[in-house]
Amino acid sequence: MYQYVGLIVLFPLIGLFINGFFGRKIKNETLVGMIGSAAVGLSFLVAAGIFVEMLGMPEDGRSHVVTLFTWIAAGSFKVSAAYQIDQLSILMTLVVTGVGFLIHVYSIGYMHGDRGFWRFFTYLNLFIFAMLNLVLADNYLLMFLGWEGVGLCSYLLIGFWYDKKFPGTGITWTGDAANKAFWVNRIGDFAFMIGMFLIFREFGSLTFREVMGGAETLAVGNNTMFWITLLLFIGATGKSAQIPLFIWLPDAMAGPTPVSALIHAATMVTAGVYMVARNSALYALAPTTMMIVAIVGALTAIMAASIGIAQNDIKKVLAYSTVSQLGYMFLALGVGAFTAGIFHVMTHAFFKACLFLGSGSVIHAMHEEQDIRHMGGLKKVMPKTYWTFLISSFAIAGFPPLSGFFSKDEILWKAFSDGSLVLWIIGASAALMTAFYMFRMVTLTFEGEPRWAKDKHPHESPATMTIPLIVLAGLAILGGFVGIPAVLGGGNAIEHWLHPVFAQAHHTMALSEHSSHTTEYLMMGISVVIAVTGFWFGRRMFLADPEADKRIAAKTGFLYRLLSNKYYVDEIYNGSVVRPLVRTSESFLYRVFDVRIIDGAVNGLAKTTGWVSAMMRYVQTGVVQNYAALVVLGLVVVLGLLIFS
Amino acid sequence: MNQLLTDTLHTAPIMGTIVLALVVILINAMKKDSLALEYWVSLIGIAANIGLAVWAFPLRGSAFAGTVMTGGFASLTAAVFLVAAGLTIILSRAYIEKIGVNFGEFFHLILMGAAGMMTFAAGTDLVVTFVGLELMSICLYALAGISRRVHKSNEAALKYFLLGAFASGFFLYGIALIYGMTGTTNILGIAQNIAAYKSEPLFLVGAGLLLVGFAFKIGAVPFHMWVPDVYEGSPTVVSAFMSTGAKAAAFAALLLVFTATFDFIHSSMNTVLSVLAVASMLVGNIVAISQTNVKRMLAYSSIGHAGYMLIGITAGGDVSMAGVLFYLISYMFTNLGAFGVASIIENAEQQGTDLENFRGLYYRRPLLAVLMGVFMFSLVGIPPLAGFFGKYYIFVAAIENGYTWLTIVGVITSMISVYYYLRVVVLMFFQAPEEAEAPQVTSGGTIALLVSAFGILLVGLFPSIVLGWMGGLF
Repeated sequence: MYQYVGLIVLFPLIGLFINGFFGRKIKNETLVGMIGSAAVGLSFLVAAGIFVEMLGMPEDGRSHVVTLFTWIAAGSFKVSAAYQIDQLSILMTLVVTGVGFLIHVYSIGYMHGDRGFWRFFTYLNLFIFAMLNLVLADNYLLMFLGWEGVGLCSYLLIGFWYDKKFPGTGITWTGDAANKAFWVNRIGDFAFMIGMFLIFREFGSLTFREVMGGAETLAVGNNTMFWITLLLFIGATGKSAQIPLFIWLPDAMAGPTPVSALIHAATMVTAGVYMVARNSALYALAPTTMMIVAIVGALTAIMAASIGIAQNDIKKVLAYSTVSQLGYMFLALGVGAFTAGIFHVMTHAFFKACLFLGSGSVIHAMHEEQDIRHMGGLKKVMPKTYWTFLISSFAIAGFPPLSGFFSKDEILWKAFSDGSLVLWIIGASAALMTAFYMFRMVTLTFEGEPRWAKDKHPHESPATMTIPLIVLAGLAILGGFVGIPAVLGGGNAIEHWLHPVFAQAHHTMALSEHSSHTTEYLMMGISVVIAVTGFWFGRRMFLADPEADKRIAAKTGFLYRLLSNKYYVDEIYNGSVVRPLVRTSESFLYRVFDVRIIDGAVNGLAKTTGWVSAMMRYVQTGVVQNYAALVVLGLVVVLGLLIFS
Repeated sequence: MNQLLTDTLHTAPIMGTIVLALVVILINAMKKDSLALEYWVSLIGIAANIGLAVWAFPLRGSAFAGTVMTGGFASLTAAVFLVAAGLTIILSRAYIEKIGVNFGEFFHLILMGAAGMMTFAAGTDLVVTFVGLELMSICLYALAGISRRVHKSNEAALKYFLLGAFASGFFLYGIALIYGMTGTTNILGIAQNIAAYKSEPLFLVGAGLLLVGFAFKIGAVPFHMWVPDVYEGSPTVVSAFMSTGAKAAAFAALLLVFTATFDFIHSSMNTVLSVLAVASMLVGNIVAISQTNVKRMLAYSSIGHAGYMLIGITAGGDVSMAGVLFYLISYMFTNLGAFGVASIIENAEQQGTDLENFRGLYYRRPLLAVLMGVFMFSLVGIPPLAGFFGKYYIFVAAIENGYTWLTIVGVITSMISVYYYLRVVVLMFFQAPEEAEAPQVTSGGTIALLVSAFGILLVGLFPSIVLGWMGGLF
């Protein structure tokens, strides 16, 4: 059935065309929503069918390449529109289409009454189409097409409400936020492209199979591999919001909340993680890059988590939380725990999508209010949202036996056993902060007394919104069971499943056997204690006093201001990069270089050509005798050249 | 007798077209007000003949004692001329009524011209080639002047005839010299001992004269002077047919004689061809800039395109020959479409094809403007339209055969051409609508234009299919 992989990509494309071309004419919102959702749902069914089929295949026969057509052929350069179905890509496909489907359904309720309803579903389908190309591609170029495609959709959807104000550093409209996301991503994409060019130069091919095959013969520490992997990783820091390019993600919250859930939490931002995992064999050859990846991941995790403590916008907290969780994933990749990274991608997709959709439900109920200081007591009026939000919060905080516990614990354990104690300490501290800010948010939003204005009447959201929440909460509970580690008597099914994909990398890295089980139990215990501590403080402090922030701010002074202002990173970038760039561009590049030199040359050339043209017209006299004379002259030239040259 | 039957059968597309042309003129002679009948008979007959061409495609070989090629190349080119004739006839139906030349012989001349083109392109004996050339040219002379009350049309016909006769003289003289040198007019026979003649001055002079004859028909600089005057003066649909069918036929014959048979690669002949190519690209594209009449602009543009195709002829080799054929097919659809739009815009006095008349066309006839946009973009060579791949294959072949400098000239002149092609687009879409009435569009005209645009897209999106037909043609 894997031959039908094209269908997975085709369905969203059909949905996109139907809604894109006829959506405006279809007056019925439900129909538009159903077309959009069904397109993704059908893709999910096909993917599930392929997955079931793969389960029945022998372990080393599960990887297939299905070529649709030759895309570009120029000399030795040949790229096909071909999809690679293996354990990794099918897992990503299931997450993208599965979670994507739920978010589509949710959007039917959330976007109800929006004048751009059909446009929204068109963009969403386009996104799914691009994302599927990204994860299913069998070569870098097609992957890059998807990579750019999701970037475009991200841009379109962040600025979806293009006439809405959205304050931020150097930003006033949602359109500015969309531009910021796009520009920052360009930096990463540029690095990705150079990495891709280097790959072609080094291996003479752009398909994953041939490149990985070529990588088998290379020695660890190869200098070219260092640059290739580093450039690809820079690409990933853009898409997956890591230091130093993470600044766009919090502002991406300007888009509608389902977008934040789908693109800026569950799927697109994990593309960088997927890409690094897909290239695990190359990364294994570059230990220096691996170290950089691990350090960047760990630093991003703790930096974003600390910022999350001091944010008051419900979506901003979740945004920083996403950045932080992505940091964990890169930490895992950096220490060679590729499976753990992908495992966390999956569980994170479940609980973070649930949290975002939950926040959307709250925002919906509160009539576009996003400040958690003006909420409180919502658990009574919207119990379904509350319970699903709570479950997901426990999951992200790492409470056993919820999904987040298994994946995060796996990462921390690998950071310790295959990395270093320092990495573990950073990761564990970030985990403490995670639990703290999550329960600060849960408490301020749902617990205690209502602090909202009297004219607001919050209510539970409709079923199209709550059913996806419940399903996702269920997944947040159960999703971790595919990765129960051996010490807890589990089979770690996901590690087993993904093993063939990462076998080459593991072989290259030749990781030592793990430390004793006692240490692993000990570490696990510490994890749980950390989660409970964070939960306890977060809940106690803010249940007792919803304005505890003020006390903390008064006590810690500068430190708190630093956090609430996001370490002033935006300001630093603006001052050091953006403004000088704009100034040079205006005063030199535009006024001198473009206007004087370029335009002058171009206009001069055009004028000259026009003059020559006008002159040559005069040759065309209209008199036949002249024409005949020219023919004879031409003949003389031709014969002269023939005989005497 | 049996041989004669086989030969006739294998050249079925040519024979069928001649029969069709005769049937049409007979209908015209015997029945009054028979234009509609002739129209439908022509179209159905053309469809049948395209079928014959497809049928004959695998029958590669020669007929009539080695004087005419059959199957393969001959079938492919025959199909191209038939499609061009068919589209021209569809476009003419309303046009000839509009300008008042709705005579039955119009269709007859187009069909006979197409038969001439097929013979021209399929002839493997220089005498047959010449007969084809003349059959085609005489039909076109008559067609150019068919609008006999219009001064410009008369002038065009006369100029075309005088200069055409002049060029035919060179052509014939070239054949004579080659015959004198080699003792045969069969190009395969000539090819057998080509190495011996290649550097003989007399043979070179003969080949040079022949080349001048070809260069005149394809409209290469400096033998191009008739092109703008004739294209502008002739009824627009006739210009369409001339600029596509006649040009394609001359190129196909040139390809067959000079590249496939004479095999002049890396000799002084190539110097001449490349000089013609560069001169055509430069003159055609640069002078097109200062034209204010769209028909005249398209005429200069066609000179420029002849230059691009000459690059392919110069480069030689299978890839570039396939590239030239590909270019001819894409150019056929594109230029027919462009002239077709002009023929619809034109008024009953055969005027109104100035750039000014395209101003704001989008607001009056959106579909027409969009189609014209497609044709212009294809002429520029913007992917994924057919025009892009035509240039692409020719340029690639030129670079591979060491003619990088020709490619550079080609790219630069393509950039120049963007200016005057896109000016039409800008006028149609971004300028205030003119007060003029919207031109009358008939369903036939729309269909012909849509078929052209569809052909451009199809060839552009799936170039490998078209290239597939050319596998092993040479």
